[in-house]
Amino acid sequence: MTTAARAATAGLTPRNRALKLLAQLWSWLFLLALIIFFSATGQGFLSVRNFGNILVASTLVMLMAIGQTYVIVTGGIDLSIGWTVGLASVISATTMRNLANGGMDVSLSITLGVFAGLAVALIPGIINGALITRVKVPPFIATLGMFGIVRGAAFLLTDGQNVVGDLPAALRDSLRAIGNGSLLYSLPDTGQLYWFSLPAEVTGQQLRIVQRLLPYPVLFVVLMLIIFGFVLARTQFGRHTYAIGGNAEAARRAGINVTRHLTWVYILAALTAGMAGVLHVFRFTAGSPNAGESALLDSVAAVVIGGTSLFGGEGKLSGTVVGSLIIAVLQTGLVILAIDGLWQFIVVGCVIIIAVLVNQAQELIMRRQESALHGR
Amino acid sequence: MDAKTTERTPLLHVKGASKYFGGLTALDKVDFVVYPGEVVALLGDNGAGKSTLIKCISGVYQPDEGAITFDGVAIHGRSPADIRGAGIETIYQDLALAENLDIGANVFLGKERKRRAFGVIPVTDDEFMRSEAAKVLERLDIHIPSLKQKLVRLSGGQRQAVAIARALYWNARLVIMDEPTAALGVPEQRKVLSLIRSLREQNIPVILISHTMQDVMEVADRMVVMLRGRAVADVPRAAATVEGLVTAIIGAGEMGG
Repeated sequence: MTTAARAATAGLTPRNRALKLLAQLWSWLFLLALIIFFSATGQGFLSVRNFGNILVASTLVMLMAIGQTYVIVTGGIDLSIGWTVGLASVISATTMRNLANGGMDVSLSITLGVFAGLAVALIPGIINGALITRVKVPPFIATLGMFGIVRGAAFLLTDGQNVVGDLPAALRDSLRAIGNGSLLYSLPDTGQLYWFSLPAEVTGQQLRIVQRLLPYPVLFVVLMLIIFGFVLARTQFGRHTYAIGGNAEAARRAGINVTRHLTWVYILAALTAGMAGVLHVFRFTAGSPNAGESALLDSVAAVVIGGTSLFGGEGKLSGTVVGSLIIAVLQTGLVILAIDGLWQFIVVGCVIIIAVLVNQAQELIMRRQESALHGR
Repeated sequence: MDAKTTERTPLLHVKGASKYFGGLTALDKVDFVVYPGEVVALLGDNGAGKSTLIKCISGVYQPDEGAITFDGVAIHGRSPADIRGAGIETIYQDLALAENLDIGANVFLGKERKRRAFGVIPVTDDEFMRSEAAKVLERLDIHIPSLKQKLVRLSGGQRQAVAIARALYWNARLVIMDEPTAALGVPEQRKVLSLIRSLREQNIPVILISHTMQDVMEVADRMVVMLRGRAVADVPRAAATVEGLVTAIIGAGEMGG
């Protein structure tokens, strides 16, 4: 490379970097703009309590979107995880109820119920992985088929009912203590902080204003985000996930066991969906076959808004977090503004398209600069 | 360094290799040798058998007859991965690189170097892989401004360099290059030719498949011409002319008697 060419690269790189930064940051800026807009216009939007609610509400989509991010980075998609959430919640709630009704200790019933929910969620993941890697069914088709199968299975298990309820009171209380609990509470009128639980003297009106500063569902999801974000960004497993999304044939030639790796990725997607299903049981003290139905497309939207390419090989879990938050803020904000909730679909739809356009524009500009640079 | 007068043993020796596809004879008792540190150009029209020969060497195909030895060891019948492990690296046109990853990640793809984060968690050692990649590129006299760039941001010639660097780092002892300059602009072609020369300087032989006569005349020490599945000419650099090679490639010499 000539000195001139090197100088040209050096001159362009910061601009490229700035462009890339903007393409990565726009979703954060958009999220910030949404929060400012709703805070300015919506009564009660800007409050600790409301932000806590938004975060808790976003946990479902966020958990599903963790696995979906891995799948989409490999260049695939998983359409079945919405119903995997439902299946896991139904199995989990049913197991807890039956064990508790059978006289088993409540904590043990819950523990076994959690494992039952997670274990059953792995089944569609394993089948998806096998269909996609061994039988070479395209991910879209394999997981679309699984979408129907898991949906049917979840409803058959509940005899067509939408809810698995009738949990014994002791079980319900224990589930609620976790699902609606918080590591840290505060009372805004006194400024008093309470760890783990509220004292008995906090009652009535005070219960309505109490702030859950560190809700357990949010803490759990943050922990999962840290773990899976770290694995994707820093470990060999993550590196291979990107390599397969970038060039599966190159990965195979480099000695990566692509079949096994992809199978693990679809199992991982099913696992985070299973976690979402079990979390549903804790939050609502019930199981429901359609617990994750509406969240499936939201999980895909969150990943895409976060800058992950549907062609594979690109994307970060931090982007997915922002994408999930944008969806959650929109949902809550529109409700507070008393705008018909149906508008949420239209706005999210527009944001998805904008996200893809921004990424394409950035790619186009950078490519043009390089063509000029390499004399192509 | 005259191959005919020294007692050097060939690194690669293809003896009477034949390959049939149904009624078609793709290779017809081909003998082909490569000595250490030489660049051998493999020439021939489309369908002359160049690719079939290369695929037999790299293990993608098994020859139906004949034998292939590498450093004295028979390699025919072994898997492509096995043969790569033995040190024969084929660099394909599509390059087999992950363009969404950086240079270090590509050189170490599938064999990532790891370190322990917080003393326990195994993570990829990106700094180490980048600096090792830089060292190999240095050996090839290739300078890439930012090693953190993804390959998609590099030029075609730079990507070739990364593919060669990967082969070199994992101790390739013979590099096969299939039309390495085909998709490149002129300055990039120069770069690839100088890459081939630096491989030779490091005593690593190269089999170069090319249609570009100019490239061949510039870097090859020996030219082997294939025609209808047979090796019809084996010309040292000093005796080669473009006219002579073209005549052999189109088979005019044979037809004219």
